[in-house]
Amino acid sequence: MTDAQTPTPDRPATVDLAAAYEASGVKDVLNEMDSTMIGLAPVKGRIRETAALLLVDQARRQMGLATETPTLHMSFTGNPGTGKTSVANRMANLLHRLGYVRKGHLVTVTRDDLVGQYIGHTAPKTKEVLKKAMGGVLFIDEAYYLYRPENERDYGQEAIEILLQVMENNRDDLVVILAGYADRMDRFFDSNPGFRSRIAHHIEFPDYTDAELLQIAEVMLNQQNYAFDPDARAAMAAYITARRGQPHFANARSIRNALDRARLRQANRLFNAAAGPLDATALSTITDPDIRASRVFRGGLDVDRTRSRAAE
Amino acid sequence: MRLTQGQFSFLPELSDDDIRQQAQYAIDNGWAVSVEYTDDPHPRNTYWEMWGHPMFDNPDAAAVVFEVNECRKAHGSKYIRVLAFDATAGWESIRMSFIVNRPADEPGFRVVRQEGEGRIVRYTIESYAAREPEGRRYA
Repeated sequence: MTDAQTPTPDRPATVDLAAAYEASGVKDVLNEMDSTMIGLAPVKGRIRETAALLLVDQARRQMGLATETPTLHMSFTGNPGTGKTSVANRMANLLHRLGYVRKGHLVTVTRDDLVGQYIGHTAPKTKEVLKKAMGGVLFIDEAYYLYRPENERDYGQEAIEILLQVMENNRDDLVVILAGYADRMDRFFDSNPGFRSRIAHHIEFPDYTDAELLQIAEVMLNQQNYAFDPDARAAMAAYITARRGQPHFANARSIRNALDRARLRQANRLFNAAAGPLDATALSTITDPDIRASRVFRGGLDVDRTRSRAAE
Repeated sequence: MRLTQGQFSFLPELSDDDIRQQAQYAIDNGWAVSVEYTDDPHPRNTYWEMWGHPMFDNPDAAAVVFEVNECRKAHGSKYIRVLAFDATAGWESIRMSFIVNRPADEPGFRVVRQEGEGRIVRYTIESYAAREPEGRRYA
């Protein structure tokens, strides 16, 4: 059958964007993102804009004004622990609600999952991952490791070529999100111009402020049914300020690790000190000494201290 | 002579979108979908060459269409079929099978009669294409 014979489907004369917004369930995703994710105002703003763009594009498509699938590949740049993976998860959900990906699952990979170890190993490996991600979102963490300029026989280049080809030809089937540190991603894009032109949305993740990190710490504790007492909260605020100045600071991830260690010390303290029966409050309160005992208040990790001493 | 094996073989050729929907049905049922090809159209030829591994953990059928098209690039002049394997206990068998690609010219089959002891005649069929060595069938 030729195109001339197919009857044109009925097209609506007007569209109600508010109704489409309600019906698609995008509102729920955005509201959930607002309530569960602390800080990240510029990121939330960008995602709102993207959602609006896609909603309008959907309406245009219904009226027969747009035919091409918009390029949805994105890059998330920011320091470690700034919520890139969490946002990618919600992005997959959002795109699924809007009908731009069919399944809405997120496949998270790094260089190891894409690049093989010997000749002829890379292409099947990359294709396997791409196939798994079809109908969903492929999230490539620390994408700049794919490209290693110092080794011209590196197989990463092969993975990049396959990736670019699929990003172009199977735009309806999957959305690729590249993530990594801002400066190294910039260098990566400079040496792979193909990527830059295929990625429409560059979203930058700012570092959390100290106040936001404290808020995140409290949310994390609440989820595990723990709480700070007032002294401990002050200690945590001091901890965050001190930790930021030390090496390997990874925003929310550092906070999670600090809390894990604080829980360990709390358990130890209760075990050694408690004489009588303990109530629920005692079992779930993190106190000032649990936090103050951290190495961070004594100038950081032992390795880093020895290194700085050697430098002197 | 048009080869009619498996499902949908009396229908017009399936489009890529038809293939995607059928494969999605199989995936939604939890069956592993795989792609196979051959140049020997005999109905008793059950073991075709595998094109890659069966796709056990792909949630979306776009991957199947992708593989079918890759296989068409390499073996466009042969038969290609899509299979769905059900691994649940009690089935452990192929639940779906349909041809998605066929040679431009299918010469068909001839009847071969073999005279045995007494006046017994044994019948068998042979594809005209299978007279050529592997790889040279179907031009």
